[in-house]
Amino acid sequence: MIPSGFEYHRPNSVQEAVALLAQLGEEARPLAGGHSLIPVMKTRLSAPEHLIDLAGVSGLKGIRQEPGHIVIGAMTTQYEISGSPLLAETLPILRETSLQIGDPQIRYLGTLGGNVANGDPGNDMPAVMMCLDAEYQLVGQSGQRGVRARDFYLGAYDTARQNGEILTEIRIPVPPRGHGYAYEKLKRKVGDYAVAAAAVILTMTNGKCTMASIGLTNVADTPLWAEAAAQALIGTGLDHAAIANAAAAAETITDPAADGRGPAEYRTKMAGMMVRRAIARAKSRAQN
Amino acid sequence: MSRVPVKMTINGRAVEALIEPRTLLIHFLREQAGLTGAHIGCDTSHCGACTVDLNAMSVKSCTVFAIQANGAEIVTIEGMAAADGTLHALQDGFRQMHGLQCGYCTPGMIMRAHSLLKENPNPSEDEIRIGISGNLCRCTGYQNIVKSIQYAAAKINGVPYQEAAE
Ligand SMILES: Cc1cc2nc3c(=O)[nH]c(=O)nc-3n(C[C@H](O)[C@H](O)[C@H](O)COP(=O)(O)OP(=O)(O)OC[C@H]3O[C@@H](n4cnc5c(N)ncnc54)[C@H](O)[C@@H]3O)c2cc1C
Ligand code: FES
Ligand code: FES
Repeated sequence: MIPSGFEYHRPNSVQEAVALLAQLGEEARPLAGGHSLIPVMKTRLSAPEHLIDLAGVSGLKGIRQEPGHIVIGAMTTQYEISGSPLLAETLPILRETSLQIGDPQIRYLGTLGGNVANGDPGNDMPAVMMCLDAEYQLVGQSGQRGVRARDFYLGAYDTARQNGEILTEIRIPVPPRGHGYAYEKLKRKVGDYAVAAAAVILTMTNGKCTMASIGLTNVADTPLWAEAAAQALIGTGLDHAAIANAAAAAETITDPAADGRGPAEYRTKMAGMMVRRAIARAKSRAQN
Repeated sequence: MSRVPVKMTINGRAVEALIEPRTLLIHFLREQAGLTGAHIGCDTSHCGACTVDLNAMSVKSCTVFAIQANGAEIVTIEGMAAADGTLHALQDGFRQMHGLQCGYCTPGMIMRAHSLLKENPNPSEDEIRIGISGNLCRCTGYQNIVKSIQYAAAKINGVPYQEAAE
């Protein structure tokens, strides 16, 4: 399969990339790892006339710590995320999630920025970013703005990013030391998108849950932040009843498509199941 | 569309060409560089038959534009044997352990195993299976592919290969 023709641009700086996007307009698309974009270009579902390759743009790669935050450059790959000692210590849910994305070859090239900017409800990182209350830094010709992951996803392939903007970095508040976490993903095979998946972080103090947040993948036309489900856990000992309440609350906000991954009812139930498993595993990992 | 210059090192040899930006790396390797070892299996980024080494990372060359590899160091299956024809340990392993039947997946399997062993010279069976999870084989059932990679790891590490008890 051969994509339709395009012109290739390789800017060296964010300013240059943003200027190109502004100048070329609607027909220009940023290119990161290419592992969502190139497949749809090969089938010609997408035929941009210009690709702006971000690979040469300085400053878009890397993971750094700031007070209270971890900041990850948009061009940082899933492979780099899964291998980062800093993330293993501060945000282990990112390693757990990135290792469930695609396969090794895809993780070498696929980037965090591309995964969260893409807007496909099947992508795994967006629900995790909602769960963690991450903020996306967007740069356009008129300046820079931050948009919370929880406000970013408007519909399938429809996000708060404007055409002329580039996602430069993702800022993630570091959860308390000793927090419990899990990303549970049901998939048909390696390299498949989720039938349903759930991201959970929580903290336990003296046997009671004091903080919880839950995100859901691929069970609606956007990733979901399951606020009421997490609320059902606060103050409980994460006993059977509390977990069942959370799973039920999560199920009610889903609106999955019926497709090769199963009928809608099944996927809703599986979303509940992933929430149960993720809470149980997060609980087992949380330090009291 | 206008053509653009591209330059890369393939199996240690500098290659320069003028290409359309939409040229996929697999097409560039097979049709312009004359290296038909990497195969097109699925053409949809799933099977891994097109896997080559790009700057020491295994990539599916059906999902990379050749222009993205501008300046890169590429190794394909053709670059694995020594100049005198001596097989690479992985090639030898696949031969000794019967790691192929039709052979269609083999160049991709070997290139993937190559970067896996560079990162993890002594992988467990599980690590091998996870490591090659982006490569499909319709013939072997994978058992002998795992053994071939274990054989190659032992050979590279200079230790005798011991087949795990069934
Ligand atoms: C076989 C296969 C299996 C996969 N399985 C999974 C899976 O299980 N889970 C999963 O989450 N993903 C999966 N993916 C998708 C993969 O993770 C992609 O790498 C990812 O979705 C997109 O990242 P990218 O860097 O490749 O972006 P690209 O494909 O380059 O870009 C994706 C989109 O985002 C835009 N974009 C990229 N970067 C920026 C930026 N910095 N600023 C603004 N816009 C930007 C592009 O214009 C494009 O529209 C799979 C892909 C394949 C081929
Ligand atoms: S041909 Fe590239 S992954 Fe199948
Ligand atoms: S040997 Fe035939 S596909 Fe693997």
